[in-house]
Amino acid sequence: MEENRHIISVLLENESGALSRVAGLFSARGYNIETLTVAPTDDPSLSRMTIVTTGSESVIEQITKQLNKLIEVVKVLNLADRNHIERELMMVKVRATGDLRDEVKRLAEIFRGRIIDVTESIYIIELTGECSKLDAFVETLKVTEILELVRSGVSGIARGESSLSLNGHKSKKSN
Amino acid sequence: MELTGADILVRCLRDEGVKYIFGYPGGAALHIYDALYRQDEVRHILVRHEQGASHAADGYARVTGEPGVVLVTSGPGVTNTITGIATAYMDSIPMVVISGQVPSHLIGDDAFQEVDALGVSRPCVKHNFLVRDVNDLALTIKKAFYIANSGKPGPVMVDIPKDVTAALAEYHYPETVSMRSYNPTLRGHSGQIKKAAKLLLSAKRPIIYTGGGVTTAGGEQELRSLVRRLDYPCTNTLMGLGCFPANDPLFIGMLGMHGTYEANMAMHDCDVMLAVGARFDDRITGDLNKFAPYAKIIHVDIDPASIGKNVKVEVPIVGDAKLVLADLVATIEKLKLEPNYDALKAWWNQINSWRSVDSLSYDRNSSKIKPQYVLEKLYEVTNGEAFVTSDVGQHQMWAAQFYRFDTPRRWVNSGGLGTMGFGLPAAMGVHLAYPESDVVCVTGEASIIMCIQELSTCKQYDIPIKIINLNNRYMGMVRQWQEFFYDRRYSHSYMDALPDFVALAKSFGHDGVRIDDPADVEGALRETMKRKKDLVFMDFITDQEENVYPMIAAGSGHNEMHLSPKAESEEPAPQERELA
Repeated sequence: MEENRHIISVLLENESGALSRVAGLFSARGYNIETLTVAPTDDPSLSRMTIVTTGSESVIEQITKQLNKLIEVVKVLNLADRNHIERELMMVKVRATGDLRDEVKRLAEIFRGRIIDVTESIYIIELTGECSKLDAFVETLKVTEILELVRSGVSGIARGESSLSLNGHKSKKSN
Repeated sequence: MELTGADILVRCLRDEGVKYIFGYPGGAALHIYDALYRQDEVRHILVRHEQGASHAADGYARVTGEPGVVLVTSGPGVTNTITGIATAYMDSIPMVVISGQVPSHLIGDDAFQEVDALGVSRPCVKHNFLVRDVNDLALTIKKAFYIANSGKPGPVMVDIPKDVTAALAEYHYPETVSMRSYNPTLRGHSGQIKKAAKLLLSAKRPIIYTGGGVTTAGGEQELRSLVRRLDYPCTNTLMGLGCFPANDPLFIGMLGMHGTYEANMAMHDCDVMLAVGARFDDRITGDLNKFAPYAKIIHVDIDPASIGKNVKVEVPIVGDAKLVLADLVATIEKLKLEPNYDALKAWWNQINSWRSVDSLSYDRNSSKIKPQYVLEKLYEVTNGEAFVTSDVGQHQMWAAQFYRFDTPRRWVNSGGLGTMGFGLPAAMGVHLAYPESDVVCVTGEASIIMCIQELSTCKQYDIPIKIINLNNRYMGMVRQWQEFFYDRRYSHSYMDALPDFVALAKSFGHDGVRIDDPADVEGALRETMKRKKDLVFMDFITDQEENVYPMIAAGSGHNEMHLSPKAESEEPAPQERELA
């Protein structure tokens, strides 16, 4: 069966243990996690999680249902089903000496990255965007040496009216 | 007035209507045990091993429908309950496990008898809680009972640090609880039910296949109404036995790996299948690629994740089995739908020809005791009215095949997890729930050893269960697989250092009898069942190499059963039939 990339948003109670339930669910059932991000929302009693995973339609359906089954999960929304925006933050520390200082700075500008720390031999560049843009930037940085790289994982949000919130009209939870 | 956390907990249990808790004390639970000592409304049953506590609570829950309650201390107290919790989880049994935890300030320090109770139980509970503040205790207990026994039931653990059981708070037990993140769907979608009714009534070769979800929902009357209204064949899973009466002519037996020939053949050939409260697990379906190739499937389950997990479903209905079945019957009446009687008649003719193969036959002239014979006689002697618990293996399958359950909640076994050691402690819980009824534990010499220590609990509380030990000196089901699939290499399936079970029972203060002649089986059962006040260990020395038939080997289809030699000779030649 065809395996596609899916981005699943989860609204869950901001309680200790909730994250390990989600992580445990994925490992116990053999589902794949590419990235997972989580942080509290504007309502401090709720956390918002974004999971990027791959799987066939039936696997993704099971993931959604199994997530819904967790007692602390309030709502689940598969963003891949609708128009949405996704972003990831990357910080990359690169060697920047000699001619490379200008070259790397130019590359960062082309990708709308920002240099957020500078030493005599090093830049740290911050870049936000879709995963593919980050991947492309990493590819171009092969002109120099990458000393360290950190990516946040993907966060996503649906476009337009549909919203994943307590009162949102989408994806009513049923156990 | 302020109460300690321990007193609050015991009050909560009382106000929740808990009659029995099954437990074992230890350091982190001592405040709670002290609170239990100072009251006499909630009765504590002291087991001999925490696994026994969780199985006993499970047995209590299976026959009453009320959550079983377990109380243990931290560390090994918790880890010893895990097998019982996982058993309950797999079979969707409501249970609340209360565990003591080391004091809050020591959590995470690798303190004495500390284990991450939430962590070790997480994969096999419906939910679990750590109570950090005594002011949250009563609400947490309320939530635990609510979660355990609503929706798809399951075990819930509440871990309470010792200092929380000593801290003071006002006691208030909430009457109800609502959670924004947990609202089980009970009522089936009416449009889907209408679709299901039309599909079901359009069938030429229908089958109704139901499981433990019907028991959980208390939907046996609704199921019976539906089946009898339509005159459709009904088969039950191991977990669903009793929901439809085994003695009803519309019942075609249990299905699955050791189901009857007629049930499995009908599952294979059916064109419309109504599955209710059953989850298409591998012991039911065999090879999914060969499963019910002509069937359009209607699946009713309270758990959306069970629907579409293993098989493709035409009409999914999320809801409580009792409510959905009632709505289905009402919808059929409202739409004035009638079955296709001509097709149904032909279908029943076909089923009856399969039935003429006596797939549960065994050698009745053997000079050795046949285990099937013991169970047939047990059924007769108890008028089919006993509560029957079992362990896991051949004896479990024979009990399911030969004790013809006409009522739900009489058959208590570990279907999903397959836990050896379950039967004896579960029978204790059953007896406490129904002290006036006959309770028998059908077991084997390998299984019974796994929780044999509970004979001591039975002595302490005068629990007069009857143990039917089908002693073939082998781990019978393991041996059977080794005979069929490993060329009779009986690797580690032989127990060559068995105890004298009669003497063993006597050493615990009970009585025991050994029966090794088929002629003595019925008399011994009659004598034993008359002894209402005694626990009697009946050690039946049975035929060593008897096999459970029919059998669908792993990876085979429903129409590819191993039959007993006799049944095989009766099997009709396959006919060319138009099924698609």
